[in-house]
Amino acid sequence: MTPPAPFDAPWHGQVFALAVALNEAGHFDWPEWTELFGAELEEARSDAPLDGSDDYYTAWVSALEKMIIRKGIADGGVLKTMKSNWADAFLGTPHGQPVHPVFPEDL
Amino acid sequence: MPHDHAEPHSLLPSDPELRARALETILVEKGLVDPEALNALIDTYQNKIGPQNGARVVAKSWVDPAFKARLLSDATSAIAELGYMGRQGEHMVAVENTPEQHNIVVCTLCSCYPWPVLGIPPAWYKSDAYRSRAVREPRAVLAEFGVSLLETQKVRVWDSTAEMRYLVLPMRPEGTEGLEEDTLVDLVSRNSMIGTALAGAAA
Repeated sequence: MTPPAPFDAPWHGQVFALAVALNEAGHFDWPEWTELFGAELEEARSDAPLDGSDDYYTAWVSALEKMIIRKGIADGGVLKTMKSNWADAFLGTPHGQPVHPVFPEDL
Repeated sequence: MPHDHAEPHSLLPSDPELRARALETILVEKGLVDPEALNALIDTYQNKIGPQNGARVVAKSWVDPAFKARLLSDATSAIAELGYMGRQGEHMVAVENTPEQHNIVVCTLCSCYPWPVLGIPPAWYKSDAYRSRAVREPRAVLAEFGVSLLETQKVRVWDSTAEMRYLVLPMRPEGTEGLEEDTLVDLVSRNSMIGTALAGAAA
């Protein structure tokens, strides 16, 4: 039996691991996570049925952002700034070079 | 300003991928997650934990009646005997397929799944189509997976939660009486342990 590839894209594994690591460090318990994530899936499916791959992990990202805000780890503004710094870093880095974002001052 | 592609910049990742990077940067920077630990976590679920674990549990239950009895009475402990334990496997229940009952597992809330024995769930398990229809019309779903049930079999659907995870024990295929555990393992597919296949069939 060939084991199936568990993650379709590296970022799927990345956000999966982030949630599990925070859970294990005691920042939230898993039932709290499933409740928040389940609600996020519910909201996402109102647009279109989810195929369980990219759209599933997009909902996972949204739930993780909400959890981090709920736990007071970071606010929405910092999340937004950091994301746009990553985008700027990609756009400003020549192809093939390592991409390094600028950190928000209020991080 | 025209976009100059003489020196192409790095390809811009998708929106959720950028948000994933932002999350990781912030959490690492704050010292809340360790990049090494993240890599180890991904490696574990990518390469070490998967349906091969569950297949071992099922194959052993076919050849070892005492193990099977323990599995059906306390699945968490019986599975731990084989060294499969940890995250999302704390409250395991094994449900046995019989000529009278076929079992299938779903998570209608999100995607609860027994990681220590099956790894990360496949996309179809996480899809709306499966999550909403498995409960409403399990026979139709099973037919689409190519599973034909015995006329005598009723279908029981188990809805996983954060607290309760299910492993289906498929029926041992006919004509495998002489086979050993190590060979039987190959007959136990991931889907057969979710209930959307029979043992001995592909996937």
